[in-house]
Amino acid sequence: MEITAAEALVKCLEKEQVEVIFGYPGGAILPVYDAFFHSTIKHVLVRHEQGAVHAADGYARATGRVGVCVATSGPGATNLVTGIANAYMDSVPLVVFTGQVPTSQVGTDSFQEVDITGITMPITKHNYLVKDASQLPRIIKSAFHIASTGRPGPVLIDLPKDVAQTMIKFQYPRTVQLRGYKPNYKGHPNKIVEAARLITRAQRPVIYAGGGILNGGASEELLALAEAINAPVTNTFMGLSSFPGDHPLFLGMLGLHGTRAANLAVTNCDLLIALGARFDDRVTGKLAEFAPQAGVVHVDIDPAEIGKNVQVHVPIVGDVKLVLKELLARVEKRNDTSWLDQIQAWKEQYPLHYDPEGKLKPQYVIEKLNEITGGNAMVATDVGQHQMWVAQYYRFKRPGSLISSGGLGTMGFGLPAAMGAQVGMPEQQVVLVVGDGGFQMTMQELATVVEQELPLKMIIMNNHTLGMVRQLQQLYCDSRYMAVNFKFLPDFEVLAKAYGIKGYTLRTNEEVDKLLPEALAQPGAVLINCIVDADENVNPTVMAGKSISEAIDC
Amino acid sequence: MRHTLAVMVENNPGVLARVAGLFSRRGYNIDSLAVGRTENPEVSRMTIVVEGDQRVLEQVTKQLHKLVDVIKISDVTTERYVDRELVMIKVSATPSQRGEIMQIADIFRARIVDLGAKSITLECTGNDGKINAFEESLRSYGIKELVRTGKIAMLRGIRYTGVQAQESE
Repeated sequence: MEITAAEALVKCLEKEQVEVIFGYPGGAILPVYDAFFHSTIKHVLVRHEQGAVHAADGYARATGRVGVCVATSGPGATNLVTGIANAYMDSVPLVVFTGQVPTSQVGTDSFQEVDITGITMPITKHNYLVKDASQLPRIIKSAFHIASTGRPGPVLIDLPKDVAQTMIKFQYPRTVQLRGYKPNYKGHPNKIVEAARLITRAQRPVIYAGGGILNGGASEELLALAEAINAPVTNTFMGLSSFPGDHPLFLGMLGLHGTRAANLAVTNCDLLIALGARFDDRVTGKLAEFAPQAGVVHVDIDPAEIGKNVQVHVPIVGDVKLVLKELLARVEKRNDTSWLDQIQAWKEQYPLHYDPEGKLKPQYVIEKLNEITGGNAMVATDVGQHQMWVAQYYRFKRPGSLISSGGLGTMGFGLPAAMGAQVGMPEQQVVLVVGDGGFQMTMQELATVVEQELPLKMIIMNNHTLGMVRQLQQLYCDSRYMAVNFKFLPDFEVLAKAYGIKGYTLRTNEEVDKLLPEALAQPGAVLINCIVDADENVNPTVMAGKSISEAIDC
Repeated sequence: MRHTLAVMVENNPGVLARVAGLFSRRGYNIDSLAVGRTENPEVSRMTIVVEGDQRVLEQVTKQLHKLVDVIKISDVTTERYVDRELVMIKVSATPSQRGEIMQIADIFRARIVDLGAKSITLECTGNDGKINAFEESLRSYGIKELVRTGKIAMLRGIRYTGVQAQESE
């Protein structure tokens, strides 16, 4: 029996066990939406395509499954671009469908036409423009495979309207044939032996664990390695939640706004064990002074990350979980405690600190949130100061419970991503922490949150300013605050009311103590507007071009 | 140092844009790029001449490998190889100058492919050095137009870099 390619698309998604898609309809994607009409796959209608792609991203991060989103051609497709780039930078598996004008009109600047495969070439792991309808099932099969294996990433499929309407014989391929795509999972045995030897010999090892631990599901092995060799663990921002935030071996985050203990440990270590991390500039600061005394073992699934920014002594290309298992069988227990004593001294000498007195401090709110949820909530953030405070003060207990835009730093990511996470994990407590700036970038998705009856808890750290930029202007522009202070903001509590959800405005520690637990315990969506001190900065901070060992407080 | 890479790619639409885009956005310099089908119609071969030290080359190779359409990459510069380039040069030539130009063509084993009242067009194949010398020797006559294909290269002896080679190994 023949069906349209659009119907085949829906069948393919069913075969891939896709439960939910996030999307926004339009002309060129019409045949696909018509095919969805008879499907059991849940469709979440967002209020802007950017919301769809961020929601699919949040869904993917929360569930570990491939996120799927759909938009129409032209503006629908371009509205996805930021979200695709975001997923690419953070290695999030997405399959993105866009409608395209009919094949005969492609290349003629027709209505709502844009070359989305051309535009997204540098920000997708791979993309397809479907010209032959019969190839669609093969392409979709390949897309899910590419998106979810190796180093995950977004794959885009652009589907011209006439192709979607073409009748084809449907058969979903069982295997994928891609001779140019064969990720390597098993680490090289000799390299693993070499790494184990270095680890056993090291006097001052530090484990530097990134988002790869979460993508590879290797949190258990990470914990086992750290405890086996008694090595302190620092997380990159993307790696947060992969190691228990309250574990004695945990140093906190490293880098630009990392803890001094983490940065000092890395600067003074003699062996840096980099696991699923990529030596990003926010982590390393001045590259020449990053871990200057250390031998480097680097485990990553992406060969291109190894040796990209720093010289590596033992490169291991492979799946971090498999490699860690092999390593664990070979390393010896380290009993020497002098290094850990030193680390402990740094931790005690340089704890994260702020003054909770006076105006309400955002750090206080995060600490309370951590206390109330016991570090067990899934926390989504936007981008900026509040994001760093979550990274510093929330003690994540469950792997994969931080949903945040790390690599691209996309303001406006928070709300739709939290929404996607909540869709994927309906039973899980999901809390969004967002700034007043970022919230206003995508706050139209409040309507989606309400429509989908999501019990999302949204905490706005409202300081009436773009805090991170303000902090940069204070440091680098002699406090000339240009275009950062909002002269007007909506009353967010009233806004919540407009959407039919409960709103709170919290101004003091006492109000937070009293009302935050109540707000978080509400059954439905809640908007919590915290009026916080605009003068509060993220500390410690490393000035541009400086070594991470030279952090300052500002 | 200059490296000559033989890059086997799926003969898919857009593959050239993917490769070229990768070089430009990561800031690698392409000296030349030649592309064409191989003995297998599904596979194209790109010969890319790239300038850079070992570190740059390693990154170029690794980043190219990340492209799903790239099947295989060989740095032929690390082995014994032959490389060739084709050039066509149109020079001003009055009938009285033709003789001299034909003598130069002889020396370089170039061929005359077109003759006009005031011009002569020659083709020549060879490696970089030969092509450059040929161009230099014609310069004084006035080069009106010049086009080079970019380098193509192949390993010497029985060793080969094709896709079949990979599959039979």
